[in-house]
Amino acid sequence: MSATREQVFPTRMILGVMKTKLKGANQGHSLLKRKSEALTKRFRDITKRIDEAKQKMGRVMQTAAFSLAEVSYATGENIGYQVQESVSKARFRVKARQENVSGVYLPQFESYIDSNINDFKLTGLGRGGQQVQHAKEIYSKAVETLVELASLQTAFIILDEVIKVTNRRVNAIEHVIIPRTENTIAYINSELDELDREEFYRLKKVQETKQKETARVDAEVRAKAQAAAELQASQSGKSLDKVIAENKITEAKEESNSNENLVANQEDDVIF
Amino acid sequence: MSVDKRTLIAVIGDEDTATGLLLAGIGQITPETQEKNFFVYEENKTTKEDVLEKFQFFTQERDDIAILLINQYVAEKIRADIDSYSNAFPAILEIPSKDHPYDPEKDSVLKRVRRLFGE
Repeated sequence: MSATREQVFPTRMILGVMKTKLKGANQGHSLLKRKSEALTKRFRDITKRIDEAKQKMGRVMQTAAFSLAEVSYATGENIGYQVQESVSKARFRVKARQENVSGVYLPQFESYIDSNINDFKLTGLGRGGQQVQHAKEIYSKAVETLVELASLQTAFIILDEVIKVTNRRVNAIEHVIIPRTENTIAYINSELDELDREEFYRLKKVQETKQKETARVDAEVRAKAQAAAELQASQSGKSLDKVIAENKITEAKEESNSNENLVANQEDDVIF
Repeated sequence: MSVDKRTLIAVIGDEDTATGLLLAGIGQITPETQEKNFFVYEENKTTKEDVLEKFQFFTQERDDIAILLINQYVAEKIRADIDSYSNAFPAILEIPSKDHPYDPEKDSVLKRVRRLFGE
């Protein structure tokens, strides 16, 4: 499991960072999943329309071919060469408009006809002008259908790509990022618990040593007091008055000593 | 994206298809280079290499073509290249011709549709 977690130093701060990251990952996952669903819905819709449009295109192109046959019958000659030679500027053009579907820009072709341009003024001048005109109209309609189909198809290709990318992201978050972050959080938690236990044990040890030390000092003091008492008891041969007097003297001495010390201390304080 | 510049429709097809589409007014000859945006395929005269060259020219070199129309039976000759073409622009559209009715089974986009829905 350690291979699938991030290389971090287990601290409380990193734990906070990881928790935020996990929250973000979960939110991102649900958002992306919704995006993918919305796109898929759109995608199915488009594929259905492509299917229909392709059928329609077959019919339209058939009619158009028929109208061209009418032209060659009426003119009595093949106008193909003449048409090809008289081309100069496109009358029929497309414009791409962009449509936004959940953050994806899908192009939508729109056809427009510049009616000022007419390259085929002379075509069918002798015979069959009406048929040529008719064929022109029918083919213009056919191209409109084709343009519609082309925008559907482009949308299909782009959506296909985007859905793949989105699904890849969803899967990456679901199967890599979230488990890894969870592992990292578990790891940090276990490390922190371990540290807590160590700290607790250390404190216990310190307390134990301190208690031992206190017990030892207490014992020493008690032993000294006992020794002093024994000493006094052994000297009890002296007269009681003498002992008392001696005690007083030592007390006085001690007092004066402590006074001197006090003064010295004060002087020290003043100096400092 | 250079979508706005793409306003033309290009054709690779037999004479009838090309004539019809040109009558609709899609033909354009670039004034500077005298390049046509249509290519007439002649049975037994145009080689596969010619078609492929034109296809590459329309899809990769020219940047003013939005849609490339190609007769399905011509597309059949360079099927591998069309199947592996995945750009959104220009959009490739396979169209039927007078002598060859449309077969949805061969269309590279419809094939993708079928594959995606597991049919």
